[in-house]
Amino acid sequence: MTRAVERPQDSVAAADDPRLKDNETRNAFVTLGVLAIVLAVLPFVLNERFESIAVLTLIFALMAVAWNLMSGFGGLFSFGHAAFFGIGAYVDAYLVVEYGISPWIAMLLGAALATLVGIAIAFLCLRYQLAGAYFALATFAFAQMFLLLVQNLEFLHKTEGFNLPILGGESFWMLQFRQGSDLYIWIPAAILVLALAGVILYVHSRPGQFVQAVRDDAVAAASLGINVMRTKLIAVGLSCALTAVAGAFYTQYYFFVGPQQAFGAQVSIEAIIPAVIGGIGTIWGPLVGALIVGPLAELIDSVLRDPPAFIGFLQGVAGLDVAIYAALLIVIVLFMPKGIYGTLKERWRR
Amino acid sequence: MQERTWAASEAPDSDAAVGGIEKYRLPLAVAAAVPVVLVLIYTVGDKDTGLVTQSVVTGLLLGGVYALVSIGLTLIFGVLGVINFAHGAMLSLSMFLVFWLTSTLGLPVYLATVVAVPLMLGFGFVVQGGLLNRLTVSGNHEGSLLVTLGLSLLITNVLLMIFGGRPLSVPGSLEGAWRVFGAIASYERLIAFGGALLVALALTLVLNKTSFGMCIRAVSANSQGAALVGVNVGRVYALTFGIGSACVAVAGGLLAPFLSLTPTVGEEFTILAFVIVVLGGLGSVVGAMVGGIVIGLVQTVGALYLPGTGSLILVFAVFVIVLLFRPQGIFGVTR
Repeated sequence: MTRAVERPQDSVAAADDPRLKDNETRNAFVTLGVLAIVLAVLPFVLNERFESIAVLTLIFALMAVAWNLMSGFGGLFSFGHAAFFGIGAYVDAYLVVEYGISPWIAMLLGAALATLVGIAIAFLCLRYQLAGAYFALATFAFAQMFLLLVQNLEFLHKTEGFNLPILGGESFWMLQFRQGSDLYIWIPAAILVLALAGVILYVHSRPGQFVQAVRDDAVAAASLGINVMRTKLIAVGLSCALTAVAGAFYTQYYFFVGPQQAFGAQVSIEAIIPAVIGGIGTIWGPLVGALIVGPLAELIDSVLRDPPAFIGFLQGVAGLDVAIYAALLIVIVLFMPKGIYGTLKERWRR
Repeated sequence: MQERTWAASEAPDSDAAVGGIEKYRLPLAVAAAVPVVLVLIYTVGDKDTGLVTQSVVTGLLLGGVYALVSIGLTLIFGVLGVINFAHGAMLSLSMFLVFWLTSTLGLPVYLATVVAVPLMLGFGFVVQGGLLNRLTVSGNHEGSLLVTLGLSLLITNVLLMIFGGRPLSVPGSLEGAWRVFGAIASYERLIAFGGALLVALALTLVLNKTSFGMCIRAVSANSQGAALVGVNVGRVYALTFGIGSACVAVAGGLLAPFLSLTPTVGEEFTILAFVIVVLGGLGSVVGAMVGGIVIGLVQTVGALYLPGTGSLILVFAVFVIVLLFRPQGIFGVTR
């Protein structure tokens, strides 16, 4: 804990001690500022063809950042983030289609519902002391249950899903713009920057420090008076809310959501993989991971469309992109357990 | 029969003192509940009896299939504590292996299965020995979950690259069906059911009657203790994973005749196999058998009342309840 502790009685000399200055938070916000500027100019330098990749990468990043809150900092390995992503996506679709409510409000309501559901699930699991592998299995089972439930509920259109009504013009309030509009990048980018700012503040706040202490040694943390259950549930709630926001934006961007796109097991996997590749339990790791995983599919696609001679046999073959990031995942877990960003950071410090 | 009973064989009086019948109350209750529910459905279920018979037969046979897939998983999960998320992908792999052996070498499908078993055993041995052992030994369960997840994606997509996504079928399988009480049971599914029983029996014998089985049980009960008395824990882990994979190979070979093969064919089994393994109790071969049949029955008989995938919701509800209130499973004993 390098962070200065707020203690008003501290002498002036101690407060001025450079070792107690909170440089970490400041540096993180400087980095975030640079990132915000890069994302703001991104639509101007990016070919319109790459817009969808940028948006997909941003959604990946949001999910990975959210997953990392609960599973990286909180140490609760979730294998069912599809549940919360799906709740966000479906609440948005349902309210927009059936009641014509603004997606912004639907997004908030979806986040609230996902938070409640997430906290309820996590409470059950923690109350009955499911840890590690069992916790992962339980979250996975809940996500599957939601998938099956949605597939069988008439008012959620069963397996057909929702198509959003397409408005005539552009509307910020209804979150609809012409295709290729820069706002489709700016909005998730802004959400991501806000989310990262939230993560930075949270990680350096008391609940954030507490949850990391609980993750590292629950018994020791409890003996120091930390409410283990509450700190964990705070991390879970934040994570679920952010995941739901990502889901709502997904629905808005693709104008469609079905059970598999929202609640499928691959959604949970898509939240985990960028975070693991980038670095679990770091602020920037999930972002780094998303920047690698997001564009990979398109990159491989464009390579394979006109392959160099030595991999000519791969022309037109499907599945290579996932195979590559699956191999990357295995290699990273085995040889760089802190992820790419985490490992680089450690090297840097030495 | 499973993890804790194995431990009990080292300290025979500790568990026996707790109570003989007490220990079997829940398994017996479950075993008794299944026929009672079936009788109720027949008498007051308000459904055509022929239909019910057919779904019971289908459910039993489907349960056998589930059990066959789960037996390998329960061994891996029970002994190594590894959530083998690649289990379904390995099932796909062995099915495609059988497909390849039958279509290029012209082997009959059940002979191809016999060939596939040692190949998959070697595959599992290499996977555990080469990739997972370090994580297993250090107790990093999330790490091994992630590696097997990666492996699952890798296998599925490499199969997709080689064979493409179009459904394939294994040629030259056994046609025909057996009629029982007006219900139809195809020979292929009956053979799969018999195969499940055989594998369960063989595995139980290996675990309980051979010295290698004793090593596995010892490592499962206490890996440090086993290492102290000279068991090569790493090799036992690798061989256990290998045997688990060999069970998957048998499952793949017996399932291939009546499933259409796509690279994702095994995925749906992964989830159900976990449900069954947790339900039956970690490492319990008998539990996997019973759990498989119960889940198969719940799915098909439940489908009479909840059409479509609705019956699967029941399955997951059962799963979550077992996970929360009795994580050691029906055939497990309280730790």
